[in-house]
Amino acid sequence: MLDFVQQLVSGVALGCVYGLIALGFVLVYKATEVVNFAQGDLMMLGGFFAFTFIGMMGLNYWIGFAGAVAAMALFGMLAERIVVRPILGYPQFSIIMATIGLGYFLRSVAGMIWGTDDFKIETPFSQGVLRIGSLVLAHDKLSVIAATIILCALLWLFFNKTTLGTAMRASSENMLAAYYMGIPVKRVVSIVWAISAAVATCAGVLLAPITFIHSNVGLVLGLKAFPAAVLGGFGSIPGAVVGGVLIGVIESMAGFYLAEGWKDVAPYIVLLAVLLLKPEGLFGLHARKKV
Amino acid sequence: MRFLFKTDYEDDIKLFPHSGYVVSYGLLLAVLLIAPYVLSSYLMSQLVFVCIYATVGVALMILTGFTGQASLGHAAFLAIGAYTAAYLQKYNVPFPVYFLAAGVLTGCIGALVGFPALRLQGIYLVIATISFAFIVEEILARWESVTNGNEGMRVKALSLLGVTVSRDSPTFYFLCLAVLVLTIVGTLNLLRSPTGRAFVAIRDSETAARSMGVNVALYKVKSFAISAAITGFAGVLFAHKLSFISPEMFTLQLSIEFIIVILIGGTFSLHGAVLGAIFIVMLDPFLTYLKDDMPGIIAGIAAMFGAGTATVANVQSKVAAFASLNGLKGAIYGIIIMLFVLFEPLGIYGRWLKIKLFFQLFPLYKRATFKRQKIYVKSERNR
Repeated sequence: MLDFVQQLVSGVALGCVYGLIALGFVLVYKATEVVNFAQGDLMMLGGFFAFTFIGMMGLNYWIGFAGAVAAMALFGMLAERIVVRPILGYPQFSIIMATIGLGYFLRSVAGMIWGTDDFKIETPFSQGVLRIGSLVLAHDKLSVIAATIILCALLWLFFNKTTLGTAMRASSENMLAAYYMGIPVKRVVSIVWAISAAVATCAGVLLAPITFIHSNVGLVLGLKAFPAAVLGGFGSIPGAVVGGVLIGVIESMAGFYLAEGWKDVAPYIVLLAVLLLKPEGLFGLHARKKV
Repeated sequence: MRFLFKTDYEDDIKLFPHSGYVVSYGLLLAVLLIAPYVLSSYLMSQLVFVCIYATVGVALMILTGFTGQASLGHAAFLAIGAYTAAYLQKYNVPFPVYFLAAGVLTGCIGALVGFPALRLQGIYLVIATISFAFIVEEILARWESVTNGNEGMRVKALSLLGVTVSRDSPTFYFLCLAVLVLTIVGTLNLLRSPTGRAFVAIRDSETAARSMGVNVALYKVKSFAISAAITGFAGVLFAHKLSFISPEMFTLQLSIEFIIVILIGGTFSLHGAVLGAIFIVMLDPFLTYLKDDMPGIIAGIAAMFGAGTATVANVQSKVAAFASLNGLKGAIYGIIIMLFVLFEPLGIYGRWLKIKLFFQLFPLYKRATFKRQKIYVKSERNR
């Protein structure tokens, strides 16, 4: 039983990481219907920025964290301006390919600048553990869970309760109509990319003590976070987190109870099964096209 | 400019609309047939890879370009074809038999993948095919009694009619070329048949196709099966060319490469698959060439502008250091993909059509002819 709870908690922590990255996917998709395959690489870049500020320049953890988030928000806007805005409105497939290209580019450039070694950031959560009875919980994992809950709540409030969030939802439904209603669609899209890059940076920095940062971490984790977003139903913020947690728990349970090899495949098998039964994911909107 | 006067339906669906096609494609075929006796063995080897990639490109074009179903899992189909060949070869099955068996088996698996894909759209389909590819990769790594796991399998040289054909011989090249040409001709015939028309109708609008009486489910599964079967054939040749296969050769990276083949070539015509394959396969030797010669060339240019010897040597070593940076290839790859999506969405073949039209209409060409329409009402979610 104790094993089970321990696995469950570590699965939830891992899942929250996937959920955090998936949140970035969902944000961009929700506001612009663009699927950003470079989301994992934005996370990687955020981690490297934080590493540069904290590990190399010796700044305080929180200042470095904030600096990395701000720098990545600017970078997200830049990427949107150069790569996404010219092809907004074209078929989804072109945009997917463009972001795949962006991912390739970011991975290689990060490899060139920071090398291909693993890096670690010293954080206030790196050492401690929390003991509840005989259950041992590491602080770094708890910090990820807490950050996911906070970010998810903030984003949900932002999308549902603020004017800007409403504007974002409107421009995702119909860009042209939103524009006629006086919403500055271009600026809205820009801001969404900034927010999603900032969320990705949070994920990257919180991950640093758990998985280390290297130039391919974005690809590896992005490919896990992507099923999480799909499982939850693309475009649903709570769905992304629930999907992430499900994938994380399945992965850690399969790693513990099943034979070797199942750990990597089990999330995908579950994903295929869910898609078979519910093609829109767990929380996705089911809509029919009008002809 | 040539005006084609069509008087009946048969004229409209002719394979060669006019005699110019016969002449130009005949010349191309002749050049390809004498290529092995002219080109170096390295270039020949690359040409074989062009044939294999182009065959997969045509397969993917049927599915993605003409039926509108995106797939990021074609490396898995290639792997299934390759492993079928390697496994059957161990039991001395003759080449024609395992070649066909690989195609049939891959086609059946493609149809099986097609069924779940029926209900999925856009991004959900992409992720489903990625999942399928991951599962296949893992099975190949774990099913050690058949696939030999991560150690990989050796593939012997193929023997055709009692003659051993080595992977570097001209005969092997001719075999690959024949498979490619047959695939292209077969696909062209498929596309002008009712089946091909149904594919295109599904791509353009599923709802409209269904209301015209097209059995959408049946044709989607057919498209998946045909595409997978052709990829399976290509897989057999791929295994023979590499002479060694292991699961880590058939990763997501390879699937993305196949998608890039048709994207760079142009997703609306079979020409695109071949042009894209040439581009992708030849990019590697071209970059190697640039890496070796670029420092010298740039230093030469610097010297021409009157830079001193010390500066020239400095420039040369700086450029050489930059060119040998790890991962520069990936960055160039990424930039090429982005540039194509942003500035040449119709691909290389689209550029060729634009140039051709420019000369045909000489003073009257206008750029807006090829302009794509932007859709700001997002319909893809509610399809």
